Amino acid sequence: MHPGDPIVRFQGVTKRFGDLLVLDELDIDVAPGEKLAIIGPSGSGKSTLLRLLMTLDRPSDGMIEVDGEPLWHMRRDGKLLPANERHLRQARRKIGMVFQSFNLFPHMNALRNVTEAPCQVLGTPKKQAQEEARALLDMVGLGAKCDAYPGQLSGGQQQRVAIARALALRPKVMLFDEVTSALDPELVGEVLNVLRDLAQQGNITMLLVTHEMRFAREVSDRVAFFDKGKIVEAGPPEVIFTQPAHDRTRQFLKAVLSAG
Amino acid sequence: MIAQAGGEVVWSWEFAAEILPQLLVALRVTFQATVLGSALAITLGLVLAVLRRSDSRAVSLPVGGFIEFIRSTPLLVQLYFLFFVLPQFGLTLSGMTAGVLGLGVHYATYTSEVYRAGIEGVPKGQWEAATALNLSNRRTWTGVVLPQAIPKVVPALGNYVIAMFKETPLLAAITVIEMFGQADRIASRTFRNVEAFTLVGLLFLLLSYPCVLLLRRLEARLAPR
Repeated sequence: MHPGDPIVRFQGVTKRFGDLLVLDELDIDVAPGEKLAIIGPSGSGKSTLLRLLMTLDRPSDGMIEVDGEPLWHMRRDGKLLPANERHLRQARRKIGMVFQSFNLFPHMNALRNVTEAPCQVLGTPKKQAQEEARALLDMVGLGAKCDAYPGQLSGGQQQRVAIARALALRPKVMLFDEVTSALDPELVGEVLNVLRDLAQQGNITMLLVTHEMRFAREVSDRVAFFDKGKIVEAGPPEVIFTQPAHDRTRQFLKAVLSAG
Repeated sequence: MIAQAGGEVVWSWEFAAEILPQLLVALRVTFQATVLGSALAITLGLVLAVLRRSDSRAVSLPVGGFIEFIRSTPLLVQLYFLFFVLPQFGLTLSGMTAGVLGLGVHYATYTSEVYRAGIEGVPKGQWEAATALNLSNRRTWTGVVLPQAIPKVVPALGNYVIAMFKETPLLAAITVIEMFGQADRIASRTFRNVEAFTLVGLLFLLLSYPCVLLLRRLEARLAPR
């Protein structure tokens, strides 16, 4: 990998679910450290892009590269073969994800939720993992809730634990899939604050699928507008939000901004 | 004594008291078969349930076929097969071993369905979170899925243990002298059927009914979650 190379690259990536075309020969590069906001109507393929990158869904066609390495393929004797589980586990190390519905492990307290992966995947000693987990929970403002179980936490608190949990593996790329969509309106702010802090710390690459337009505009370096499995346009937030080149983008923004 | 119109005694308290100790001794065999059979059913059922969900069809299909086959054939036939047929192929099992194996494997196919329901009750998001955290397949099962699936199915498993307990009399057919087999022996030796079989029935009732009540309470406690 050379400086200036993208950390994430989609080349001609297509995803179909049966007859439904969800991603249509998508090309996009994401630079290291970039904060990319992905906006667009529901069902436009935004979340699918993240899910392919997290290896939750398999692309139907095309290439995805992360940090210069193919994600769904592996090189063997100069040929590209479909990735096996071992390759996927290796490739996944660079990526973390936060889900719309939190998906915390309900039978583990907040601290265990955060230490589980470092202990199991990285082999971090338990004590060290706990110290790091406490620091991460502190960072998301939940240092006092280490012993609480997910069922005892509000949605906003759960989502902040989920962010700490994903960060515990020190991924290079963090994926945020509509992470405030399942929250009561008064809890959205606390989660956005955590994301804002994270974005300002700099070096982590963030891909955010979001409906929070003001937030997208504020934290992102670039905004990509999705429609029908394609990127209609992408550019700096001030351009996309104030002078979009395409009618479709304009219509969408008009609709969501007037509603919000 | 309870006398019939013809003058013959139908129920003799003395005789009942005399045979009760023999039945209680045989009850230990019933317990043993139930405990060992349940242990097998509960562990093997879990293994079957997990294997049946394997990504590899070479694993999931034969396991599924095995489960359906065992579930669709009578336990008594399976016991006969283990005890009377296998020796012809050079494998001789004691009545107790064949009995525990038969009960355990038969009920494992039922408990595997119970586990399956429990596993399917774990939301998809839990699997996805485990993948996103790069947990191994093994750890996803042992650390994430099963700890959520198993507590919910404990009452259903308990019901199968009780059902198995009540089916142990089948072992009498393969020479195991458990409680029912003992009663049968007493009856044919003394030509008195009423006391022996009545006592067996009462003992089963006395033991299984409190367990049923206990399970209902457990179910009620687990339900609201």
